[in-house]
Amino acid sequence: MHARAALATALVAGRTSIPVLRSAPPLTLRQTGPHSVHLISTAAGPLGGDRLELDLDVAPGTTLELGSVASTLVLPGPGESRTLITARVGAGATLRFTPEPTVLAAGCAHRIEVGLTLASDARVLWREEIVFGRYGEQPGRCHARFDATLDGRPLLRQEFTVGTPALDTSPAVYGDARCVGTTLIAGPVPLAEAVVADGVAVLPLAGPATLVSALALDAVALRTRLEWGESTASRGRPAGPV
Amino acid sequence: MNAAILLLTDSRLPAGGHAHSGGVEQAVTSGAVHDVPSLGSFLRGRLHTTGAVATALAAASCAFASGTADGPWAWDGLDAEVDARTASPAQRAASRVQGRLLLRVARRLWPSPVLEELAGAVPSPHHPLALGAAAHAAGAAPEDAALAAAYHAISGPATAAVRLLGLDPVAVHRLLADLSRELPTAPGERDLPPSAAPWADLPAHSAPALDVLAERHALAQVRLFVS
Repeated sequence: MHARAALATALVAGRTSIPVLRSAPPLTLRQTGPHSVHLISTAAGPLGGDRLELDLDVAPGTTLELGSVASTLVLPGPGESRTLITARVGAGATLRFTPEPTVLAAGCAHRIEVGLTLASDARVLWREEIVFGRYGEQPGRCHARFDATLDGRPLLRQEFTVGTPALDTSPAVYGDARCVGTTLIAGPVPLAEAVVADGVAVLPLAGPATLVSALALDAVALRTRLEWGESTASRGRPAGPV
Repeated sequence: MNAAILLLTDSRLPAGGHAHSGGVEQAVTSGAVHDVPSLGSFLRGRLHTTGAVATALAAASCAFASGTADGPWAWDGLDAEVDARTASPAQRAASRVQGRLLLRVARRLWPSPVLEELAGAVPSPHHPLALGAAAHAAGAAPEDAALAAAYHAISGPATAAVRLLGLDPVAVHRLLADLSRELPTAPGERDLPPSAAPWADLPAHSAPALDVLAERHALAQVRLFVS
């Protein structure tokens, strides 16, 4: 299956409108508020061999919140599955991307590629969560690549690989964690120095952005840690106990 | 392989590398690294994540220093690519301190215009930039710089662990001997960029546990190593 979905916002009379909302099953987009959209998966997967593309264009001065109604379960199939997400966030625009986690079922072979192109004063919160298999399950393989540029300069480049037990369990990589997650927060935040707690680090990047990086045993704990980090970044100080 | 690379990988090179544990000290404090097998697992993870990034960036730096990379690129652009791949401020600081010290030593060992150019453009460059440029100034090739960077990613943490845990140094060197089979040995074998590649596509493997360890270490009251 090859699906290409797209979403674009426009500024109309000072307000955000969503003139482009093109679903491509299984990537079905539903507008759920004035500037919020949810992804509704209308088929299982992705399955091996699928190629799912989503393009987001957040016009200057507009706001978009994109979530999903359920986690994505990546299943095996003939060949590699791929999810490609590209997003352009214009000057003065705000994007909040908070989908539910990607769960790697046994035997899957998945690639995730995310390309984020930000204007210098764009405000973005971009969360990604990867869960290493369902309960008690050994995960398949996954290679995720994330690239964000700000005003044409590299802001954050990260890759995660899952599915090589000797590396996954390394105390330098994931240790005993079963989930990994990050939230990139671009735009002015008051946090000057890194803050660290159990399984979560809030990291001011070299560019004007902050990365929350978390590890956890399960998806619930992962979300708690990421949200704690996001709150810490926006307050500029540790947001109480995790 | 160019013999000068032996000098660049020698822990006795007075470039301050001995002061850094690459996250091992905090991993020992937390109990995650406590014996030879757990150290081996730590080192393998380090080699294939931040080590792979340092390897590719050092090779890119050496290629850029040799002047074969045509294009609208400059030293500060390559330095920014390392920044974007290093989310942890403590790790960025450790990389820049080691890069500055290595560049200072290299300018005296192998005086060359390219090292002056790097020092002028980025006074405290990230370590892979300094290593790649120094390798070129010493007459070595990008694959030599890659090998040196990969070895540097594990040798310092390994010897730090010997000191911190009182491990058998021979057992730890056995780990390094085993891991040396996973080091890049030929150009193109692993993550080596063509000399004029755009740097955006270079590897960017993250190690989330190392990020947490590095920041915890930076806040620690008592520590033997800088990082």
